[in-house]
Amino acid sequence: MASDVYGQLVHTSLGRQVVTGLGLPNPATLRRYEPGDPLLPGAAVVGGLGTAPLADRVGGLLRRLGIEVLDKAPDEGRIAAVVADLTEVEEPADLETLRALVGPALRRLGPSGRVVVLGRPPETASSWAQAAARRALEGVTRSVGKELRDGATATLVLVAGGLVAGGLVTGGISAERTIGGDPTVGDLVTDDGDDDGGADGDGDPVEAILRFLLSGRSAFVDGQVVRVGARSVSRPADWSAPLAGRVAVVTGAARGIGAAVTRVLARDGATVVAVDVPGAGDALARMANEVRGSALQVDVTSPDAGARIVEHARTRHGGLDVVVHNAGITRDKLLANMDPDRWGSVVDVNLGAILRMNEAILDEGGLRPGGHVVLVASIAGIAGNRGQTNYAASKAGVIGLVGAMAADEGLRARGITVNAVAPGFIETEMTARMPLATREAGRRLSSLAQGGLPRDVAETVAWLSQDANAAVTGAVVRVCGQSLLGA
Amino acid sequence: MGAAPRRAAILGGNRIPFARQNGAYADASEEDMLTAALDGLVARFGLAGERLGEVVAGAVVKHSRDLNLTRESVLGSALAATTPAYDVSQACATGLEATVLVANKIALGQVESGVAGGVDSASDAPITVSEDLRRILLTASRARSAGERMRALLGLRPRQLVPAVPRNAEPRTGLSMGEHMAITAARWGITREAQDELALASHRSLAAAYDRGFFDDLMTPYLGLTRDENLRTDTSLERLAALRPAFGRGEGATITAGTSTPLTDGASTVLLASDAWAAERGLPPLAYLVDAETAAVDYVHGDEGLLMAPAYAVPRLLSRAGLALEDFDLVEIHEAFAATVLATLKAWEDERFCVERLGLDGPFGTVDRSLLNVNGSSLAAGHPFAATGGRIVTSLAKMLHEKGPGSRGLVSICAAGGQGVVAILEGA
Ligand SMILES: NC(=O)c1ccc[n+]([C@@H]2O[C@H](COP(=O)([O-])OP(=O)(O)OC[C@H]3O[C@@H](n4cnc5c(N)ncnc54)[C@H](O)[C@@H]3O)[C@@H](O)[C@H]2O)c1
Repeated sequence: MASDVYGQLVHTSLGRQVVTGLGLPNPATLRRYEPGDPLLPGAAVVGGLGTAPLADRVGGLLRRLGIEVLDKAPDEGRIAAVVADLTEVEEPADLETLRALVGPALRRLGPSGRVVVLGRPPETASSWAQAAARRALEGVTRSVGKELRDGATATLVLVAGGLVAGGLVTGGISAERTIGGDPTVGDLVTDDGDDDGGADGDGDPVEAILRFLLSGRSAFVDGQVVRVGARSVSRPADWSAPLAGRVAVVTGAARGIGAAVTRVLARDGATVVAVDVPGAGDALARMANEVRGSALQVDVTSPDAGARIVEHARTRHGGLDVVVHNAGITRDKLLANMDPDRWGSVVDVNLGAILRMNEAILDEGGLRPGGHVVLVASIAGIAGNRGQTNYAASKAGVIGLVGAMAADEGLRARGITVNAVAPGFIETEMTARMPLATREAGRRLSSLAQGGLPRDVAETVAWLSQDANAAVTGAVVRVCGQSLLGA
Repeated sequence: MGAAPRRAAILGGNRIPFARQNGAYADASEEDMLTAALDGLVARFGLAGERLGEVVAGAVVKHSRDLNLTRESVLGSALAATTPAYDVSQACATGLEATVLVANKIALGQVESGVAGGVDSASDAPITVSEDLRRILLTASRARSAGERMRALLGLRPRQLVPAVPRNAEPRTGLSMGEHMAITAARWGITREAQDELALASHRSLAAAYDRGFFDDLMTPYLGLTRDENLRTDTSLERLAALRPAFGRGEGATITAGTSTPLTDGASTVLLASDAWAAERGLPPLAYLVDAETAAVDYVHGDEGLLMAPAYAVPRLLSRAGLALEDFDLVEIHEAFAATVLATLKAWEDERFCVERLGLDGPFGTVDRSLLNVNGSSLAAGHPFAATGGRIVTSLAKMLHEKGPGSRGLVSICAAGGQGVVAILEGA
């Protein structure tokens, strides 16, 4: 991992003076999740518009976790988060509620605070005014992300499905259930319609998202919009080990982001099959042993890679629940000077190999029903990047693939979710090889004014690997500190 | 055979690439290398934190401080610290003998799983002091006063400070292994050309095995090395023919550096288990260790070649098993020298040798050369003495698994001291 000299420098008092003098952004130390951490380090303001059905549920969740819930910003002291339920916006004038709730709260928001706005998808609005108001939430949230300081982040969650008091229901199926024996709190129930992949449906799809967004797991996710589909989800027996009993395969696991993903999935309870090229076998073995998983030395571009992965997971660990396609390479060159080798190897490792491996992985006897596929895209695949036509082609392709797979009727019927993370600037050997100026720009041109760590991407991958999060599919979640690129 | 209560399965193995002496592993200790080989095995089979029945390994050239080399390596590895271990040593047959020992305990039900291995460093060799110096130092250390100690040390002479490096020579004959081999090669009329051809085949077969990814699940890179450092992909008969003889005199000088194994650093491990243990972990057996035999020859007074013991061990083993050479799908004969393999093959085809020395009715048989050392052997891979057995057993087990259940493989390893250990593997 490249040492962030600038980041360390500004934490000395002399360094801070220099930085403030120059007007350079002062990167905060982000709150990152450690096992045992509370969901939030302080109180949360929770409110909303109208009956604010989700606010009730969120408030209940936070109280159960022992977090103080306030209905408006306090006059003094710090709060850790503000959650605003705007699911009932009907017209632009309703947005005043958002300003009145969130605005004052921002002044009290502590370091690495969280702003979460809950809304509904504009596409399903019943009027033009409603569509406009719903979409307006995105503009607000992204701007709040840029306004926030000190490692605080803002996210908009768009919840599909119908909402009624006491539950989240679609298609007229109303269900009143309780979570985990707590009779005072109803849960959120999404539709249990035709694309249920065997999830037992007693979970709250918004809970998994809030547990991610409010915690230190989402440290580098900022200014994003996350969509929750209408699907029932199960809930883990133990939220500190949401992947317990699951078998996960991570490609490119020997170092960088893949190594971090391996660690985080294992921490969350998964048994990890760590895959990397034979040449990286020693680092791979160390990773596999560290997490008590197993190592599989295979080049993802080899024709039998998918079959070998499936075979290994099935014979050794009894099946496969999560696949993280993380292996990736860069071979930068301006397109004007690009040779077929650089072009072909990047496209094949980053995209072609995934398509080929998926044949075996998604075949009979491969990924279990209700399983999760997570791909690793890049903001270069969204924004493009000079000298990275091949890389951007592969990563944009990954995004296209996620969309197609998530929409696939067969996969939906099996309850398989397909999502991607799109890392921004992450401190790894890949980015350590960049020219200094590009590297510095990559770090600073974001709301959080720093590079992310591999574990930030890993936390997002782990969240997308949870059964409790199965209502999220087809998402491309940027882990970029709200980078200005492609935003 | 058949008497064994149950079979010992070979589930796989792991080795680090072999390095030339003073090459990539110049600064690695034997404990470092054995630990690395163990950790790669543990990762491949998902055994981190597990207690295995036993780890048995050894080194031929060993520092005295490494008296508990294998146990120390286990403690430094990802295995549970509660995994017992012991060291064995039987010269170049150490790795194969360790495999037999583990397999026997599994067959007897004394352990359910175990690792056999071996390691050797020719770079990090122990240096011992001359015998005179050793005595002086011991006397000095026993001294009761400073004066006495001084007096003892005053007996030192500069010549005594020259360290004694372990030599590759037989203590009872004073001849190096190469010199012994040259005598045997001359006796059997092994030509320079035949030796060069065998060496070339070894390099070519090993290179081809790498190219088709054969070692992807048998090896874990170490200290930047991803292939055996000794492997020459560009060697040719012309190049081999141009080498000056290294051993033997006159007409009999047929052995070159190209047809002798180089001094090498490396380590290897083999995972063995009962069928039940393997099934519980979803680890498919590659092969079973069926039976083994050790022979020794009297090369000091008895007019037999130092490295000819396998020529005796194999017929004894096959007779017990009721098998002939033709019953084997693959044959692995350790290439101590190209001439070792050729002399052994020739002896088995020689009526007189087979009748007079082996007590057979006629020639023992012929090994189909297309089944011999098909992925190369020690001439190309190198020969870190104790690590060779694990290298061969694991590769052979994998090949037999590819051939299918019931396929048969033979392993033969000669060793200093006029010994030879051989074994039968059966594909699973
Ligand atoms: N670092 C960043 O800032 C950043 C940003 C956006 C996206 N990404 C993506 O994240 C992923 C991981 O990147 P990283 O920064 O950790 O890179 P890295 O180079 O540090 O690690 C990549 C790993 O993938 C392995 N790998 C490469 N080709 C392989 C193959 N053919 N088969 C199996 N394994 C192979 C490598 O051996 C290595 O261990 C990549 O897909 C990359 O494109 C990284």
